[in-house]
Amino acid sequence: MADLLKIDHVSKSFRVRKSEPLLALNDINLTLADGEFMALLGASGCGKSTLLRIVAGLEEPSQGGIRLDGHELIGPGRDRGMVFQQYTLFPWLTTLKNVEFALSDKPAKERTETAREYLSVVGLSDFADHYPSQLSGGMQQRVAIARALALRPRILLMDEPFGALDAQTRGVMQELLLSIWERDRLSVLFVTHDVEESLILSDRVCVLGARPGRVREIITVDLPRPRQLDMQDSKQFRDYKHHIHSLIHEEAVRATGLQDLLRTEAS
Amino acid sequence: MTQESAVADLTGGGLRRRRRPYHLFESIPTRQYVLIAVLSFAVLFGLWAIASYGKWVDNLFLPTPTQVWNSAVSYASDGTMFQDIKVSVTRILLGFLLSTAVAIPVGVMMGVNKRFEAAVEPPVDFIRYMPAVAFIPLTLIWFGTTETQKIVILFIGVFFQEVLLIMDNVKNVPRPLVEMAYTLGLSQWRTIWKVVVPASLPGIVDTLRICMGWAWTYLVVVELVGANDGLGFRIQSAQRYLDTAQILIGIVIIGILGLGFDFAFKALYRWAFPYLNARGK
Repeated sequence: MADLLKIDHVSKSFRVRKSEPLLALNDINLTLADGEFMALLGASGCGKSTLLRIVAGLEEPSQGGIRLDGHELIGPGRDRGMVFQQYTLFPWLTTLKNVEFALSDKPAKERTETAREYLSVVGLSDFADHYPSQLSGGMQQRVAIARALALRPRILLMDEPFGALDAQTRGVMQELLLSIWERDRLSVLFVTHDVEESLILSDRVCVLGARPGRVREIITVDLPRPRQLDMQDSKQFRDYKHHIHSLIHEEAVRATGLQDLLRTEAS
Repeated sequence: MTQESAVADLTGGGLRRRRRPYHLFESIPTRQYVLIAVLSFAVLFGLWAIASYGKWVDNLFLPTPTQVWNSAVSYASDGTMFQDIKVSVTRILLGFLLSTAVAIPVGVMMGVNKRFEAAVEPPVDFIRYMPAVAFIPLTLIWFGTTETQKIVILFIGVFFQEVLLIMDNVKNVPRPLVEMAYTLGLSQWRTIWKVVVPASLPGIVDTLRICMGWAWTYLVVVELVGANDGLGFRIQSAQRYLDTAQILIGIVIIGILGLGFDFAFKALYRWAFPYLNARGK
């Protein structure tokens, strides 16, 4: 498969007032193949959301750059569809108009048709005329996904999109995303702190370490597709899970500066 | 509600219902709300009637409801009342609309652009703390007792507050909505027009409603000094003849008109933003 996205020596430091600059991301190098689903996994504070926001063009890297299809990216653009954790539907627009918003470059008739099509993809055809405030959190995120898909982006960027949902709804949303992925073979960069979620969804899991944020290990998830939620019971899945959990735990302990205190427990 | 707020008391023998002792922030039926509001007005009216008919207060200072009514009838029947209302409402609308027409674009720009804010906010703050009323002598010298002079005072009184409130309304727009617009390919200007303005509009309409209240205050002030007509002028000239009934009518009319505008704004709010109280379905 051809390379689609190249994160090339990206570093990011924040300066708070006059203190020493804080290195949030240190020399990140990642390549995403066309049609690949990659999870960025890490404990909070590892800079995974910052990395995604840099890819989205919402933040600038302090060093390095991002290439999509070989072109250097500057600022946000319609080639990358974004789904945030917070609900970002426009509250004054109906569900349908929210999806149409992504199609503002198309003529009105085509806009409506395409928007309806994507609403049906996420199973919300009957809610076209509802306002976001009339929808549950899970439904709102489905609209947000439909809106991102309607852009027909080269890559979908998702920042803990199911993080605010309850466990049951999250499972259903994961299945929905899997079925959309099976259909369209989209390229996805998916930020999460949920180990199971990253394993169920992705081809590769990129585990980030904290302070400074850096690539700790990239794990190729060799689980058969199409995937189902019940494969979480398999031995293979549990082995992956165990391995990643221990990696993340190690990083979390290190990041909190508690390694001396917790050494006895960890061993 | 009664089921929820009542607790069966089994200790007292039988099922005696006892009200739960916590009711802060609880809502009440609309009918009950209206009833209490009407009663509240009735009590006010009753106190007035007792104090005036009972001669607790000299009728020169506090006329009876009958005196006020008779005075109102004669004020209305010769047409001056409607003439005064027309003049005052025209002034307030002109002053308010002019102020709003400038405050909305300037406030929006201040909200989204820090450089623009830095250029505009300090002088606005400076003028804001100068009492608008103090500008009356100056504007009288500049414009005489013209309509322009009155609109200028209304503008000074309203604009400098209004523009800062609108700036704050705009600053409250959730950033994720703005970032979403960027990733959907909108330019900065289109983001302002398509996302920032609609997102802050409910707040702005509320701001306008509050500013309308201030406009009424400045209207009366401006008509008390250097005017030949309008509700404020009528109150002022009635004072010369110790016509307290006429003064009260003027005040009550202003109160009713103010209430009317407030109602209109609330209706506009409900009509323009149906999504804000859309729930369930």
